[in-house]
Amino acid sequence: MSNAWLILGASSAMARAFTRLAAADGAHVILAGRDATDLTILARDAEMRGAASAAAMPFDTRKPESFTALVTALTAIDATPNIAVFAGSMVSQAEVEANPAAIAGMISDNLTGPSQLLLMALPDMIARPGGAIVGVSSVSGDRGRASNFGYGAGKAGFTAFLSGLRARLSRSKVHVMTVKPGFVDTAMTWGLPGLFLVASPDDAAKRIWRGAKRKRNVIYVPGFWWMIMTIIKHVPEFIFKKMKF
Amino acid sequence: MLYKDTIQSGWGRALRSKARIARPERRTALDELMSTAPAPAFGAARSYGDAALNADGALIDMSRLNRLLRFTPETGCLRAEAGVTLGELLAIFGPQGWMPAAMPGTAHVTLGGAIASDVHGKNHHAHGSFGQHVSSIRLMGADGKLRDISEVEHPELFRATIGGMGQTGVIVAAELRLIRCAGGRVELRKQRLPNLDAFLAAFHDNSADFSVGWIDATAKGTALGRGVLEEGHVIAGNFASPRNPRAVPFNMPGLTLSRPAVKAFNALYYHRASASGRMRKRPIGDMFFPLDGLAHWNRLYGKRGFHQFQCVLPQSTCDVMLPRLLEEIAGSGLASPLSVLKKLGSGRAGYMSFPMAGMTLAADFRANAKAVPLLGKLNRMVAEAGGRVYMAKDSTLDPGLIRAMYPEVDKYRAVLAEVDPTGVFTTDLARRLNLRGTDA
Repeated sequence: MSNAWLILGASSAMARAFTRLAAADGAHVILAGRDATDLTILARDAEMRGAASAAAMPFDTRKPESFTALVTALTAIDATPNIAVFAGSMVSQAEVEANPAAIAGMISDNLTGPSQLLLMALPDMIARPGGAIVGVSSVSGDRGRASNFGYGAGKAGFTAFLSGLRARLSRSKVHVMTVKPGFVDTAMTWGLPGLFLVASPDDAAKRIWRGAKRKRNVIYVPGFWWMIMTIIKHVPEFIFKKMKF
Repeated sequence: MLYKDTIQSGWGRALRSKARIARPERRTALDELMSTAPAPAFGAARSYGDAALNADGALIDMSRLNRLLRFTPETGCLRAEAGVTLGELLAIFGPQGWMPAAMPGTAHVTLGGAIASDVHGKNHHAHGSFGQHVSSIRLMGADGKLRDISEVEHPELFRATIGGMGQTGVIVAAELRLIRCAGGRVELRKQRLPNLDAFLAAFHDNSADFSVGWIDATAKGTALGRGVLEEGHVIAGNFASPRNPRAVPFNMPGLTLSRPAVKAFNALYYHRASASGRMRKRPIGDMFFPLDGLAHWNRLYGKRGFHQFQCVLPQSTCDVMLPRLLEEIAGSGLASPLSVLKKLGSGRAGYMSFPMAGMTLAADFRANAKAVPLLGKLNRMVAEAGGRVYMAKDSTLDPGLIRAMYPEVDKYRAVLAEVDPTGVFTTDLARRLNLRGTDA
């Protein structure tokens, strides 16, 4: 049976590359996000690259009323449903500290919005097993760092959510994969100082696609971030609290 | 962030300059950029010199605006955003029986860049230049407005844009006519030829769809112009899935391309090819994009980079001038491993397009103090022979030679004066060659 992918935050560079892999595989794709003009262009692009069908739909993490239509559209396709969450946003730590109210929106984008949608899709995913849920979290969620803990908080929540969801669905033949990207060369990181070992969105998407096929549980993108984060997670708190990064 | 501050260089890396680069991922981001801070655009930055450079200014990287917009499978008519690469187009449409009509030596070139340089391929004698297969261009002007230009609408602007090195505005999208592609493999015949006369005769009699000659630019005397002629026909067969090529991991030390090393390499390459012309079946990419087989090959020239010289000589003077150019290059001892000789037809689509009916010669030179005077001399010899130097490769041309090489430059300048009076799209190349004609 063919696959249908609901791709949330489909305008992001990594989601685009992922969509193209799904299209080349002949899947149906529903591209969800806020920039309707851009999504329409992406949908046509996906069709020409081999997608069985491609549709653009509005999705705003902060407007839960837009969620039902997406779940309905996904289940209306006669194919195994799959969901990939690329949606998210990053407000710099300095901005969050200057405007604390901004954290609520960021947490909505990275945690509550996507989580609510996944919960809403749960019964349908269970009813039509065999699919996958891919959630893009971040290495920032592994441990709160002084330079980025506003963002890290939401991602940590999403990582925990995905972990629980994976356990919840393990007997229902729906696979849940957590993706933790390090630095990926996208609009979000363009021009930021101090980046190293930056992955291209195409390579990141390939790794995510392959990981989902192989039913991996948690993947770092690129893979060596696993090592970096293992070290960072094990730095004793009394030292870690003195670190500035 | 909107801009990334970086030292930008072309593929040759001999010229470099500091710029602020924006890389929009959506049309709205491009619109915003162009309405607030219009700047010249570039694609893959695979031109060799300074076409994609703007010293202490801003640039727009178009590589992320790379979506396919419309395709008519019956006619092979394709509309796509400027950032899509020609390699991608071949990979997507090849299996459906279509391919871009002109393929330069690397698959990484973008659609926008291919138009701005009016690139040619190994089939130029039969199919003409890239721009001749472009039916319309969506161009964003200095005023931030979009215009659809073609041979019917704004024909002067259209002809100034094709081969126009990005000086008329930002190529956002274009429509092109693909040509039929028989399959994913090629029948490739390689034959070694003992000297230039044999080479020219072989090109003269050649009837292959695709042909290119690799010349040993270190050979002198009776062996002057010896090399290997490659002729190919596209045949049916599956498209090989792309694999990651081997890469040159870092800048190589100076000895890598020292004179004895180059001589030895060239001799080996020459003697490996069969004298009678052996036929082999290869994946299509091996013929189109031989240079992509080694990623980052520009690092072979070390951190100072290299200059590429590519000229075309008209049929009438090439018998006389081609041997003189080769003697000059061989005599200098500065030549690089592989130089390229190719026959060109008359096909060109823009005022500043490179091709003319004749022979084109390309050679690389490590960037050093001796290379620049040699290139200056070669450039003058080309001008004297009524030929032309390729701006997409050039890094040393004297602006005084532009008019002799590009007789339609005044029409081009007239268009530029009208569409971009303040010169917001001026790049390092345009400044160096005084393309706008504003310097006295």
